Amino acid sequence: MVASLRRTLDRYWYAWAMALPIVLVLVVLVGYPLVMGVYYSLTNINDLNMGRTIGANHVPATFTSVGLHNYWYILTGKDGAFYSTLLWTVEWTVGCVAPTTLIGLGLAQMLNRRMRGRSVYRVLLILPWAVPSFVAAFAWRLILNSPGGLLDWLFTRVGLPPVNWLGDATSAKISVVMVNIWLGVPFMMVAFLGGLQAIPGELVEAAEVDGANAFQRFWNVTLPGLRPVAVTVTLLSTIWTFNQFAVIYLVTAGGPGGATNILVTQAYNDGFSQLRDYADASTYGVIILSMLLLFSVFYRRVLSRGQEAVA
Amino acid sequence: MSLTRESQSTAVVGRPAAAGRRPAYSRSRRSPAASFLLHFALIVASLIALAPVAWIVLTSFKPAGTVTQTDALGHLTLGNYRAVIGQGFGTWMLNSLIVSAGTTVFGVFIAATSGYAVSRMRFPGSRALMWLFLVTQMFPVAVLIVPLFVILRDLHLLNNFLGLILVYASTAVPFCAWMLKGYFDGIPMAIDEAGRLDGLSPFGTFWRLIVPLARPGLAVTAFYTFLTAWAEVAFASQFMQSSNKYTLPVGMQTFVNEFVSQWGPLAAGAVLIILPAAVVFFLVQRHLVSGLTAGAAKS
Repeated sequence: MVASLRRTLDRYWYAWAMALPIVLVLVVLVGYPLVMGVYYSLTNINDLNMGRTIGANHVPATFTSVGLHNYWYILTGKDGAFYSTLLWTVEWTVGCVAPTTLIGLGLAQMLNRRMRGRSVYRVLLILPWAVPSFVAAFAWRLILNSPGGLLDWLFTRVGLPPVNWLGDATSAKISVVMVNIWLGVPFMMVAFLGGLQAIPGELVEAAEVDGANAFQRFWNVTLPGLRPVAVTVTLLSTIWTFNQFAVIYLVTAGGPGGATNILVTQAYNDGFSQLRDYADASTYGVIILSMLLLFSVFYRRVLSRGQEAVA
Repeated sequence: MSLTRESQSTAVVGRPAAAGRRPAYSRSRRSPAASFLLHFALIVASLIALAPVAWIVLTSFKPAGTVTQTDALGHLTLGNYRAVIGQGFGTWMLNSLIVSAGTTVFGVFIAATSGYAVSRMRFPGSRALMWLFLVTQMFPVAVLIVPLFVILRDLHLLNNFLGLILVYASTAVPFCAWMLKGYFDGIPMAIDEAGRLDGLSPFGTFWRLIVPLARPGLAVTAFYTFLTAWAEVAFASQFMQSSNKYTLPVGMQTFVNEFVSQWGPLAAGAVLIILPAAVVFFLVQRHLVSGLTAGAAKS
């Protein structure tokens, strides 16, 4: 037993040593907080009872376990917001990921050919990626501002009625989706551009020789070639969008009247702005995590039949 | 491989297609109408990509009187920049640079070593590690922020750059490691073997041979890590408590309160924030496509 352990150690210590720093960082700063988060979700912790040290005085923590009460409270819809927020979160995720993927694929397809000004287009189209999301949020607020924003001006120019973009629930939802698509397209485009360049040109040529038209070539050669990229990129994008905190928090702060709150911003609001109800925030967090885990497992089962998408 | 293909195609851009090395089959046959549509679509998309940034730059030069005016340009001034720079902006910028640079160096290094280990060495736990990387992407801010606060407090890392660097590394590193693993997979094993035959240790092989070859991939991960740290708001606003430790985004928030809808100074601040990100972006943008290709296609 000891000998075999020793052999394993001798054989693998180098690989383990190289992976150790990342594992340490993840265990201490993600794993441990996660365990604590799950624990907090079973208590009634908030800002008042969490315990703190003020100067030399140590105030002990006085929160107590409440079992599954928080989950029960949220999942039975008693907090009055969970299911409507969940519905909008799903709409938001689909409404962002689908157009972002399609636009990214379209632009990559256009950029993946020889033409004048290609590198200029590429730099310009990737540019939004370099804009930090809080700056993008601010820029878009300037544009969506009503009255007097750029978009309003454009609308009145072409004879459309001005829209109070951030003041009304529906238009505010459209606005945040727009901002997120703007931010997300460059990543998709770059990923697909990479995927397209990895498809051997001979394959496409062979299809053409065989008499396939442009659409058939795209459908039967390009798309299958893009599959590995697409599978991973859409999964990541779904996870990132579902958890997209910055865009919503900074563009609308969840408003008007909480209409644009997704689960993450809702949880953050509960935990850090007014109520400082950390237990509630943690419960939301655990629920979000479980949903994403379930989704990923399901997604891999369905889409990566026989293919290694991640590991 | 994708690297050479990429540099070839960039080299050809701007010349007529016929002068290209290997004229691609369909390019020469594009009709003028198709060509027009292609450029039209790309120009519209570029304009949409550029507009918010251009608008913010323009706004930053407008004095308070004409800032919401959209019809005419009015006269432009540097007044907003003066107002902003007098507000502790320099300190915040420096803080953000320290945190972002620290996160980038530390994050890319640990992502690269573990990516290399997973790519080259078969060891128990490597699959679990790749899964761990994916799963960490799913953790919502809300579940981590309170426990992280408690841990950082106990480690005396609250209100401390190192604390923030470690937290940012933990959010950016999984994606980077996963991308670099794909990138390393594209580098032939023969190079490692040659290095080992010449007497290099595994780490020596990694450091002296593979890292220089993986520069495009590293550039992309560096860019990604830098931006993650540069743009983060939620953690920074909870963990950095004294105003001389604020990072730019947090500083900007106090700005929003101070200059309630004074768009001019805010826009000037935003431009100053974009600048360093834009510089990093232009340094690495050549590598973005080839770097991400390897990561996404081969992983």
